[in-house]
Amino acid sequence: MSATSTNTKMTDTDALMAQTERLFQRKRMVAFGVPALILAYLVYVFFAFDVPGLMQRASAENARALVADTYSYKVHVTRDNRDGAVEVAIEGERKGEYPEGEGPEWVELGRDTVIDLGGGHVVIFGPETISYDVPGYGVIRATPSRSQGVMQEFPEGDLPEWINASKNRLAITTEAGRLSVTRNRAEVFRYFTGWELFFFTLDSPYHGMSVGQVLGRAFNGEAGEIWDDFWHNEMWRHSDVMWAIFETILMAFLGTMGAAIVALPIAFMAAKNFAPLKTVRFGFRRLFDFLRGVDALIWTIILTRAFGLGPLTGALAILLTDTGSFGKLFSEALENVDEKQIEGVQSTGAKPVQRYRFGVLPQVTPVLLSQVLYYLESNTRSATIIGAITGGGIGLLLTQAIITQKDWEEVTYYIVLIVLMVIFMDWVSGMLRRRLIQSDDAGH
Amino acid sequence: MADVTQSGGAPRLSDMQATYMAQVSKRRLYSGITLLVFILLMVSGFRLAEERNGGSFIGGLDNFFDYPGEVVAEAVEKAGELPAHFVTFFPALLETVNIAAVSTLVGALAAVVLSLLSTRGLARFPRLVPVFRRIMDITRAVPEIVIALILIFVLGGGPVPAMIAIAFHTAGALGKLFSEVNENASLKPLEGLESVGATWSQRMMLGVVPQVAPNWLSYALMRFEINIRASAILGFVGAGGLGYELKNAISWGQGRYDEAAAMFLMLFATIILFDQLSSHFRDRLVHGRKVEMHR
Repeated sequence: MSATSTNTKMTDTDALMAQTERLFQRKRMVAFGVPALILAYLVYVFFAFDVPGLMQRASAENARALVADTYSYKVHVTRDNRDGAVEVAIEGERKGEYPEGEGPEWVELGRDTVIDLGGGHVVIFGPETISYDVPGYGVIRATPSRSQGVMQEFPEGDLPEWINASKNRLAITTEAGRLSVTRNRAEVFRYFTGWELFFFTLDSPYHGMSVGQVLGRAFNGEAGEIWDDFWHNEMWRHSDVMWAIFETILMAFLGTMGAAIVALPIAFMAAKNFAPLKTVRFGFRRLFDFLRGVDALIWTIILTRAFGLGPLTGALAILLTDTGSFGKLFSEALENVDEKQIEGVQSTGAKPVQRYRFGVLPQVTPVLLSQVLYYLESNTRSATIIGAITGGGIGLLLTQAIITQKDWEEVTYYIVLIVLMVIFMDWVSGMLRRRLIQSDDAGH
Repeated sequence: MADVTQSGGAPRLSDMQATYMAQVSKRRLYSGITLLVFILLMVSGFRLAEERNGGSFIGGLDNFFDYPGEVVAEAVEKAGELPAHFVTFFPALLETVNIAAVSTLVGALAAVVLSLLSTRGLARFPRLVPVFRRIMDITRAVPEIVIALILIFVLGGGPVPAMIAIAFHTAGALGKLFSEVNENASLKPLEGLESVGATWSQRMMLGVVPQVAPNWLSYALMRFEINIRASAILGFVGAGGLGYELKNAISWGQGRYDEAAAMFLMLFATIILFDQLSSHFRDRLVHGRKVEMHR
């Protein structure tokens, strides 16, 4: 190829020039072509996924409610217009109801119920008429009656847009809260920042105490009761949630370790240097491909039919899928072992089992352990998803909370716990990986 | 050991041997205890999981093949309709693959930026390296299902929530792998580029990307493989694609098992196909680089 005579030198340079030109052209094609292809693909997907339609369907209201609910809660003050009974309940839930005749300090119960929404906004439930004093606007009066719907009186002028009035219903939304009046009931919402009753519910004697007071009580021998009230908080169900987290980790642990235990002996049958029979090797490799290819989703469906809903089913689904993954990874690791060590062990008169134990395993353990631990962390995430399908662990709690579409603060709580759980497992697996592999290196 | 030292200074070998044997037996004891604890954990874990389960392990083993058997039997009975089902569900399959592809693409692009910003020596803002690392840790830790379910509530069902959810997780997962690759990149081309006044983005594009692109691509392909599975499973919880169709078919129960079987087959074939494709191209990427290095 290279120039040997001076005559061919010119043409060689020309050829080189042409080659460079072509190279540059190709580079240019790639430099513009690849981004253009990606862009074209994204445009295609934009329409294939119907993004314009999605933007119309997207509910900004849902998003707002979701975001607001994650960091705030509301207290409902409800009057039944038929018998005049007034109830105060946090989030309107039975579990958050104040005992009859009691309420927070901003609600004054009596013949007239006076609700101070703060900032000068005051709602009064009179015997007949409900009035809302909005600062800077005036007093709005509404009188529900059986026959004529809700009779309403407004200050002079046009109705502002934060008032929604019709014959049978009045709804007022201000920055301080909400009032809605129908024929059957009148309801006021006041919003507060934070997660309500996170530590103690209203029926606990420790509700409303400061941290110092609770600590003081704890040192005076009430620690057990305090813990009990917190742990069995009906609103947040801390004990159930912790159990669910544990169940998710359990699924990941059993699935990963079980898969490793099953895959290790089989991996020998799929490794070139341990299974001389080609058909055996081929068979086991296809088995691994099959287990991996069927995928956790299909295994979950099949296993749910056989074993019912629960954590065991989830663990088995992870076990089956990962037996395939581990089988492949382990057999590759086994193919890379150094024969010399095995020969050395053999020369001392070791039996086959001993040869595997002292010649092979020490070589592959670091690789295998690091892969198993890596999978343990990633399976914690899978177990969350599989749990949502098989009905076990935190995945189930999360889907249930999302389906009810109102307890977004609980959803946030679960998400925070899930993220912490995964980060924790990541940390544990990283630490074990470093420690086990290092000590193993030193040991051999 | 005390005996050995008392018997005089001469038998050093037996002294050493005794120490060695003591260490070995201690080591064996520790390994034995570790193994025992591990076995106990596994056994008690399985029993606990079984206790909390709807059905028992032994009872389940008996009818393990019942459901696959029914599905296969019905599929064989209606074998003639399978090709028609393949055609019917092909758009759903395409959607599942598209979700995986777009999310891998978007996630990988985000991962490139995040990884460059969080590698020491390359970062645009060296002080913010820990911040970007924590961001990646958090995006990596959020399971796809969490974001998918929330977005389904806000945006309604369909492929986009799944796509965003998977892309989010991919950005963190790939970002970590990419930044490990970046750490091995040579800084010399960067210095050269800097000396001629190249901006940060030019230095990255011309100095770092050519060095690390093959490894990036290889990791992205591996992620694509994982994301196909993720996209199928998210469909099952309401995010469109083949998973969604599969859920409908199996909740109908008997009578539509032929459709379920068709979808099982399609999913299986797709996963195997992309598995093989990705490992083939990854091999070539790594192999190709080796050839260049020889030159």
